[in-house]
Amino acid sequence: MIEVTINGGRRRVDVEPDTPLLFVLRDTLGMTGTKYGCGIAACGACTVMMDGQAVRSCQLPIDSIGGAKIQTIDAIEEDDVGRRVVEAWVDLQVPQCGYCQSGQVMAATALLKETPQPTDDDIAAAMTNLCRCGTYNMIADAIRKAAG
Amino acid sequence: MDTRSIENGATTLSRRSFLGASAGVFVLGAVLPMRKGFAQAQGAAEGPAAIAAKPGTKVSAFLEIHPDNSIKLLSPFVEGGQGISTGMAQTVGEELDVDPARFVVECAPPGPDYALVNGIRMTGGSYSTRSSYPVMRQLGATARDMFLRAGAARLKVQVEELSTEDGVVIHAASGRKLTYGELAAEAFQLKPAENVPLRDEKSFRYIRKPFPRLDVRDKSTGRARYSIDQHVDGMLFAAVVHAPFFGTEPQSIANEAEAKAMPGVHQVHKLPGAVAVTANSWWRARKAVEALDVTWSEPKPTGLDTIAADFSSDAMLEGLRSNTAKGLSAEEEGDADTAMKNAAKVIEADYHAPYLSHAQMEPPSALAQFAADGSLDVWLPNQMPELFQKVAADTAGLKPEQVRIHSPILGGFFGRHFVYGPANPFPQAILLAKATGRPVKVVWSREEEFLNDALRPLSHTSFRAALDADGNVTAITARTVGEGPLGRYFGVGPVDSSAVEGIVEKPYAIPNRRMEYVKLAHPVNIAFWRSVGHSMNDFFYEGFLDEVALAGGHDPFEYRMKLVEKSQRHKTLLETVAKLSGGWKRGPYEAEGGKRARGVALASPFGSETATIAEVSLDGDGVRVHNLWIAFDPGSIVNPAIVKAQVQSAAALGLSAALVEQVVYGKGVRRDQNYDTYQILTREMMPKVLVEIVESGAPMGGVGEPGLPGVPPAVVNAVAALTGKRVRSLPLANTSLTGA
Repeated sequence: MIEVTINGGRRRVDVEPDTPLLFVLRDTLGMTGTKYGCGIAACGACTVMMDGQAVRSCQLPIDSIGGAKIQTIDAIEEDDVGRRVVEAWVDLQVPQCGYCQSGQVMAATALLKETPQPTDDDIAAAMTNLCRCGTYNMIADAIRKAAG
Repeated sequence: MDTRSIENGATTLSRRSFLGASAGVFVLGAVLPMRKGFAQAQGAAEGPAAIAAKPGTKVSAFLEIHPDNSIKLLSPFVEGGQGISTGMAQTVGEELDVDPARFVVECAPPGPDYALVNGIRMTGGSYSTRSSYPVMRQLGATARDMFLRAGAARLKVQVEELSTEDGVVIHAASGRKLTYGELAAEAFQLKPAENVPLRDEKSFRYIRKPFPRLDVRDKSTGRARYSIDQHVDGMLFAAVVHAPFFGTEPQSIANEAEAKAMPGVHQVHKLPGAVAVTANSWWRARKAVEALDVTWSEPKPTGLDTIAADFSSDAMLEGLRSNTAKGLSAEEEGDADTAMKNAAKVIEADYHAPYLSHAQMEPPSALAQFAADGSLDVWLPNQMPELFQKVAADTAGLKPEQVRIHSPILGGFFGRHFVYGPANPFPQAILLAKATGRPVKVVWSREEEFLNDALRPLSHTSFRAALDADGNVTAITARTVGEGPLGRYFGVGPVDSSAVEGIVEKPYAIPNRRMEYVKLAHPVNIAFWRSVGHSMNDFFYEGFLDEVALAGGHDPFEYRMKLVEKSQRHKTLLETVAKLSGGWKRGPYEAEGGKRARGVALASPFGSETATIAEVSLDGDGVRVHNLWIAFDPGSIVNPAIVKAQVQSAAALGLSAALVEQVVYGKGVRRDQNYDTYQILTREMMPKVLVEIVESGAPMGGVGEPGLPGVPPAVVNAVAALTGKRVRSLPLANTSLTGA
């Protein structure tokens, strides 16, 4: 059994130690808000926060997490910054197909926690998740809006 | 190379057909007449009593209104980011008199009532809104009339004394009110009236307004559920590995026992063209299936649905280029031969574009569950529920009416989710559910998706143009060699419109034209891809037209203006895009960070018209696109915010194809297996995109795809303005622009 802290709760899971967090979330815990996109940390659809930092959960073995706190999209509105990001996403109507947006919202929330007033360069450096609908400009606008 | 040509589309192989051997009678085109056998089969599946006189007229097939006055709209269309669910709610809500924000919209199950795209049902071809708009308005009005009549009966007053307001029937004289929910049981018993008058367009509250999309909050919080997120009790997860060469089969598995002993593994399976492992998590299934030591059958010679170990996309392109078969006339006007003979100058150029993946962010999946009575539920990404129902039934050995198709929202589609034979996971899910006696969810890894997605076809076109002594074009000819998905899957032919669209039916007054088409079948599984033939053909034509203008000594923008001078619609679009960009200037000119230049292109895709200007600079040896300005005329619209978002999204995909995308085959297999090497547009490459909607009042055209085709030629024409280098193939990443 491996124990991890997810969205404030301790969860015990019976999986192999090299299992990526993404599949513990999706398959073992049924938390499907976090998305599988590429499995090689290239697209960012699986982004979660680990101690407030954006990480790509498809390449994060469950046994490497230890006592770090995982936050996922499922509880994003319980986070003050996350809630602001979601409201900006809704106000600016960012998502199209929406599949990458769980990861985009998590990456944006992590950015704003670290850098509350990001410059365009900060946004470019932090927001490397792919979006096949091409909502990149709306994402950047929404981050600026959430920053206030 | 051993690529067989199918002469003029006369041969339709069943594996390559959506609908079996008789698919040839089914023709899509400017109109989409219904295929009789298909319609009858679908009708029979529902039982004669269920068939409304006409699709889109049976109110109860579309609306569920509950006692608490909540409203569910069963949509004929699948939502995949294009905003159709919101558009439908606006359209129905306007006439029904219900705030669209109160609608819950779901994709309807299979049924004849939803065959609104000229007699069939599909989400594609940018058809959804333009095909259904009048029908869905009428449906809303018809339903409202039923609530008024039910209210009149309940309140024992005349219908004329009643009005409605946001789902409530009101008798103003007495102050009495009844919600639609309270009246629904009675209202749905009434016979729908015919020709209920529609609301005056001047009084629209929802249509033509930038109404917020209904699914945005769920998509911003992880609550939206896609096919890949579906779950049922007792479900097994399955991962697959496909044959390395298309058309080969698994023969034996050396280490089956070891794989079966891996944690969580349920069973190891052989499938047509693939092996699979079922397990209690997808990660465990994937680890086991990728550990299998499989012996595959030897690759066959390249043919139809077989790819040999020596196949390459370069050789395929050479096959298209060197083809000398006589072409079929796709468009003929005047006398191009004589004009060429009398020309002061003749110019020629060859253009080509590569195979492309859809690369939608949601990997394909399917969940199949047999019920105790032998019937089947399938949850799967799809753009044609009735067709998937038929193929699922055939796979399971059931009748279509024994298969319940569930169509969750799509994590991007761009043409990915039609029936493409071995490129669909749902037959695997059905076979595995049958084999295990358990519900099974198959998910393809990203690698399996890149290796097995059906592809936008590679294509090649040679152009010639005749110029007179004044540098004016007197004739243009084009010869397109390749194959389109309409011909392959819908039997459209002999000239496949999806292979030549964008090269024919141009708005330009060029008196002599001869456009021809040679069908050369791809061994590769081909697909519809956002804007289909337009995705490359408008690049070919508009690139060449720039060459024609320059060869005649004309500015490309001014020359286009001259060639469309008799079409006010196109002149308006060109004027609009010029104004949007601050006035036309080709350049090069100095700007922040160095020299820039601009290119322009017109396109006429899917019943709409676009004019696009791109602004570029050089960034090392590559191109940086700074701005895209797009004037877009779809005739008339339902939601300006959604229309703009769709044009911006299509432009991003067009730019992705222009700059970086390509599927490369070498030694019989695809080179790229994931986003690390199959490049798509990143944030870094994303320009500003400004869109202006022009509502000319022309018949309503498509919205989802038309923003794409103008972008690649506008970018390439801008590159020519900047560097003098004419790029005639995509992606631009393949061409050195600094002459190195």
